[in-house]
Amino acid sequence: MTGFLGPNGAGKSTTMRMMLDLDRPTSGDVRIHGLPYRRLREPLNTVGALLDARSVHGNRTARAHLRWLARSNRIPERRVREVIDLTGLGSAADKRARTFSLGMSQRLGIAAALLGDPPVLLLDEPVNGLDPEGIVWIRRLMKHLAAEGRTILFSSHLMSEAALTVDHLIVIGRGRLLADSGIAEFVDRHTRPCVRVRTPEPARLRAVLSDAGIRTDADADGSLEATGAGVERIGELIALHGVTVHEVTRRTASLEEAFMRLTGESDSVAYRSGEWQR
Amino acid sequence: MTNTAFSPAVLASEWIKIRTVRSTAWTLALTCVLSIGLGTLVARGLRANIDHAVNFDPVFAGLYSVTIGQLGLVVFGTLLVGSEYSSGTIRTSLAAVPRRGVFFAGKVLSGALVALVVSVATVIVTFVVAQTALGPYRTTIGAAGVPTAIVGACVYLTLICVFSMGVATMLRSSAISLGILLPLLLLGSQGLGNVPALKSVLQYLPDQAGLVLMHISGPQDDPRFGHDYGPWGALMILVAWTAAALVGGHFTLCRRDA
Repeated sequence: MTGFLGPNGAGKSTTMRMMLDLDRPTSGDVRIHGLPYRRLREPLNTVGALLDARSVHGNRTARAHLRWLARSNRIPERRVREVIDLTGLGSAADKRARTFSLGMSQRLGIAAALLGDPPVLLLDEPVNGLDPEGIVWIRRLMKHLAAEGRTILFSSHLMSEAALTVDHLIVIGRGRLLADSGIAEFVDRHTRPCVRVRTPEPARLRAVLSDAGIRTDADADGSLEATGAGVERIGELIALHGVTVHEVTRRTASLEEAFMRLTGESDSVAYRSGEWQR
Repeated sequence: MTNTAFSPAVLASEWIKIRTVRSTAWTLALTCVLSIGLGTLVARGLRANIDHAVNFDPVFAGLYSVTIGQLGLVVFGTLLVGSEYSSGTIRTSLAAVPRRGVFFAGKVLSGALVALVVSVATVIVTFVVAQTALGPYRTTIGAAGVPTAIVGACVYLTLICVFSMGVATMLRSSAISLGILLPLLLLGSQGLGNVPALKSVLQYLPDQAGLVLMHISGPQDDPRFGHDYGPWGALMILVAWTAAALVGGHFTLCRRDA
């Protein structure tokens, strides 16, 4: 399972549309199982895609939408019932799509993606619009689908969402590839561990640590943040010099911070939130 | 980028799409109601004022109303394509059927088949009902010239629906398509077509060709009604309009991002 991340406007959806031959890339091409998408005979059996969940005729029922999709790729009719059950559409299946909440539309989009029981799934922002229960549901479903041996590429603009589920990360920012690595490697490379120490003698502690070659920064609440050594080494130094401390905590910078730093550093955040905060 | 080929699965899929929206029933009902209703009114009116009727022709009385009823089929064909774009379904459709020529063929063919069936039913019922309303002045369905006029009307209605689908695919919008199609199909015959200076050009518009094809364009030896072509020429003109719209639609569909 691969997470496809980038700030809003980075080009995630466009990339996914290009994978499906909906948009034409300026250069390069996309192959799925060695073939361009348009060469796949009945593509829903190979690739299931959730793009914009609102891409459904509002006057058609969810079941009718799934039926024409199934028919176009010669998928048996019983599969329609199966995906309706699987995605919990249930009683909403015979309602017109325009009456759906965003969460329901999202479930319908996922049902459509799963229709052909495809080995590859492309999910564009699958978590969007789901309530907390729905979010837990989609996470479980994605894990379950991945455990069945499927390849899943899902996009998100929330790092925390990806961190919970993926094995691999791809990060883009305004058309550029910023990271492409395993999740563990990503954490190693982009987050630096630090140790937080709360002490009534900050000046002494600073001196002790800087003598040992450890950098310290003062935190907003007056505690110190030490980088360049693990919590064990710092604990030993404190004991050795008899510095009074009230708290020593290991801190790992969150993935969210790493993501912000990565996309921020590249100066490729299309809409930097700060610009809107006066 | 695409090979245009026929796929029964895609045709069946498009048929499901047609059946599962309300606009299908509305537009097709509109076609029938307008044609049959107005046909009856026209025939009754003519019968009541038969002494004042100029160039009275029972075939005209029987088929004229389908030129209004065609609006239902124009809207039907336009919405069939236009709703794909307005709802965003087009992306789902092309993800399911990425060979765009195959998709287009399936869509046009399914729409054309529905239009043909509706046309045949509407034309025959309209004709029979109108003849009944004409009473003693009626003609019969087997009379000389009537079968070809009826076949012509069915062909015209079907082609005009397909033409609308082609135009809507080119313009990717129901509203813009109807904004062009409705004046195009109404102004020629109802308004500007009667201006002599414009007639030499406007007679090649699809609705004018349709009148000739249905044998209801008036006495051909009268310069006010005459056209420079006969029914076969009219068929050619309509096929050319339809083919041009389809080629344009196919080209747009294959070239543009969805």
